[in-house]
Amino acid sequence: MAVISTAGLARTFETRHGPVHAVHGIDLTVPAGEILGFLGPNGAGKTTTLRMLTTLLAPTGGAATVAGHDLVRDPRGVRRATGYVAQSGGVDPTVSVREELTTQGRLYGLTRSQSTARAEELADRLDLTGLLDRRCAALSGGQRRRLDIAMGLTHRPAVLFLDEPTTGLDPGSRADLWDTVRRVRAQWGTTVFLTTHYLDEADALADRLVVVDQGRIVAEGTPAALKTRYAGSPDASLHDAFLAITGRAATPPDAAPVAV
Amino acid sequence: MTTFVSDTALVFGRYARQTLRSRTQILFGALMPLLYLLFYGPLLTGVPLAPHGGSWQVLVPGLLLQLGLFGAAFSGFGLLIEKQHGVVERMRVTPVSRLALLLGRVLRDAALLVFQAALVVLVALAMGLRAPLLGILIGFGFVAAMTVSLASLSYALAMRVATPQTFAPLVNAVNLPAMLLSGLLLPMSLAPGWLNALSHLMPLRYLVDAVRAAFVGDYDGTAMRYGVLVTAALLVASVTTGTHLFRKAGA
Repeated sequence: MAVISTAGLARTFETRHGPVHAVHGIDLTVPAGEILGFLGPNGAGKTTTLRMLTTLLAPTGGAATVAGHDLVRDPRGVRRATGYVAQSGGVDPTVSVREELTTQGRLYGLTRSQSTARAEELADRLDLTGLLDRRCAALSGGQRRRLDIAMGLTHRPAVLFLDEPTTGLDPGSRADLWDTVRRVRAQWGTTVFLTTHYLDEADALADRLVVVDQGRIVAEGTPAALKTRYAGSPDASLHDAFLAITGRAATPPDAAPVAV
Repeated sequence: MTTFVSDTALVFGRYARQTLRSRTQILFGALMPLLYLLFYGPLLTGVPLAPHGGSWQVLVPGLLLQLGLFGAAFSGFGLLIEKQHGVVERMRVTPVSRLALLLGRVLRDAALLVFQAALVVLVALAMGLRAPLLGILIGFGFVAAMTVSLASLSYALAMRVATPQTFAPLVNAVNLPAMLLSGLLLPMSLAPGWLNALSHLMPLRYLVDAVRAAFVGDYDGTAMRYGVLVTAALLVASVTTGTHLFRKAGA
């Protein structure tokens, strides 16, 4: 059953120099429980699509249903059923981990006791137990990322959106985070929609990849299928396939820009 | 409706706890009006500023609204910092109503500024202020209402601009003329005709006149009526603007 389905989802920005078509029309179906990697070069429309699917940005065309709720008519329903972890996270460094987790649960409508219990459970499952009473500023990069993911899961969403989840992490923490994402799906059956610049991440983590370029979907399939089709063999590198699809390398930026 | 109230309370609680963690912030905000009380107030004690009441009854209402003006107008700073940490987006993807996201914050600001206003009045009483209790309470009401309006606009501005470097000059560009044209420090009745006329275009002037009227026990004169009307209009316009920007925000 599809948890996300979009038809012609589009966004045009009006600028001084005329309209800019950031996303031309995305047709996408994501089945329940899938880990979907959403790939594309810079400026391809990844972030704009993600911001529409998470209700942060209103579409200017097309339609979408997320977890059974119409994106335009019922944004609140979509918000209730989804979690979103932005690239910059979303915790206040001066607040304790426990307080952020319980406040987050309550913002999603949990009662005080439910959100307290859920904070303990998430801390247990995501290896944050000893850190609950620390201030968020005291966490390491990898711990912060696990907390960000826990923040996105307080209300047991059907879908978890992750925007560039491992940008800025060291290789060890990246591998840990991949493992965390797999565990989340295994434990709760959560559908995961993630954008990434890293082809190794997409290859290792995603069941299926959707490649966007210039606001359109230009390829989709399992990593092995894309490699076979565009680079000649399932053992080829995803990098070669990506080059063949977009004509550009998916080089991650050195310093990740903080979304403001 | 009950969800709306509990959501607002939840957001209020989060920011109230942050404020309570920082005692210096609570006391520092009251510093400017206290300095005016100590070093400026005594200059005016013999000066006939108004037909009714003494100089403290003219000065203290001005200081209370000055406190509200500067305190509220800069409250968007906190939101700018939160934006950089991604906290604002994180809250905008929750099902909480956009109005609750705004109101929870501005009510914290109003509570803080009314507390600081009470400190100022206590010191003013020691310095020689005499005013009816009801009038002082009405004054606090105006401080709270003004804070809710101006803080809403300040958050709305903070949603639109990217950095403190753009935010601060814009706020100052509004605040200084607002302070000078509303007769916060000396009543506009002393002004030449053209300045007095100009000051009637500044909404804050009506609030200052109303609180000064309240401090001399004049609760149903023209000044109070205009003050209430202008405050109500400001509240509706600014809370609507603020909520709207929390709803759409920047791309």
